[in-house]
Amino acid sequence: MTMKVGTRQVDGVSIVDCNGRITLGEGSVILRDTVRDLLSKGNKKILLNLAEVNYIDSSGIGELVSAFTTTKNQGGELKLLKLTKKVNDLLQITKLYTVFDVKDDEATAVKAFK
Amino acid sequence: MAMTEQRVSYTLDSTLDTVDSAEEKATRIATDLGFGDDEVMQISMAVREGAVNAVLHGNAYASDKKITLAFERTDQALVITIRDQGKGMDLSKIPNPLAPENLLKTSGRGIFLMRSFMDVVEIRPSKTGTELKLIKHVHGPTAGGKEASQ
Repeated sequence: MTMKVGTRQVDGVSIVDCNGRITLGEGSVILRDTVRDLLSKGNKKILLNLAEVNYIDSSGIGELVSAFTTTKNQGGELKLLKLTKKVNDLLQITKLYTVFDVKDDEATAVKAFK
Repeated sequence: MAMTEQRVSYTLDSTLDTVDSAEEKATRIATDLGFGDDEVMQISMAVREGAVNAVLHGNAYASDKKITLAFERTDQALVITIRDQGKGMDLSKIPNPLAPENLLKTSGRGIFLMRSFMDVVEIRPSKTGTELKLIKHVHGPTAGGKEASQ
């Protein structure tokens, strides 16, 4: 199953709804292009909704890290929303849960952006 | 594909399709052997990471180099072997992805994830390629929880 993304704006925050697998190849590329496109258009508050992402490999994890650091380096913020158990477990064992700001509720997440 | 009663092996191209194919085969075989859902996910993910290393870092997508993937069911374990035909790897240069200075690196987590998910991970690099062995022990009459036999 390939990755599909949809982007919407809520109170100045770009919410990227991800659906599918973030893995080496197409899934990682789609995420990378989406985040870079948002940043190039000045959208620097990015919330990745991973509610429908049931699988992510080490390349996908690397892509999340890349999106996080790229956004931060451009003065923006990137947060994660609604992790599935599998993705949550992966971020726990890789200690990345301590790096990302992870939210369970969209409204709370949107308000959390500065 | 070559197959015996307890062992099945595949010779695969050095492509991204091989990575997906290896993962699908691992999922099917682990499921057929009775591993639980979580263990099936762990096995398939470890195989995917092993296949990624073989295709990208081992054979570097070379069309004249092949990946060998084998699954062997013993009385006590599922043994998976992945071989590439690359130049081998220097194990001493694999960084710890949990070290603070490495947390924000965008790569280098594949072997760590394999070690997290499998009971045994053996890596044997040589100048003619790397052999990776992944072992998941069977717990009880059918494959069950990892904690059961530890």
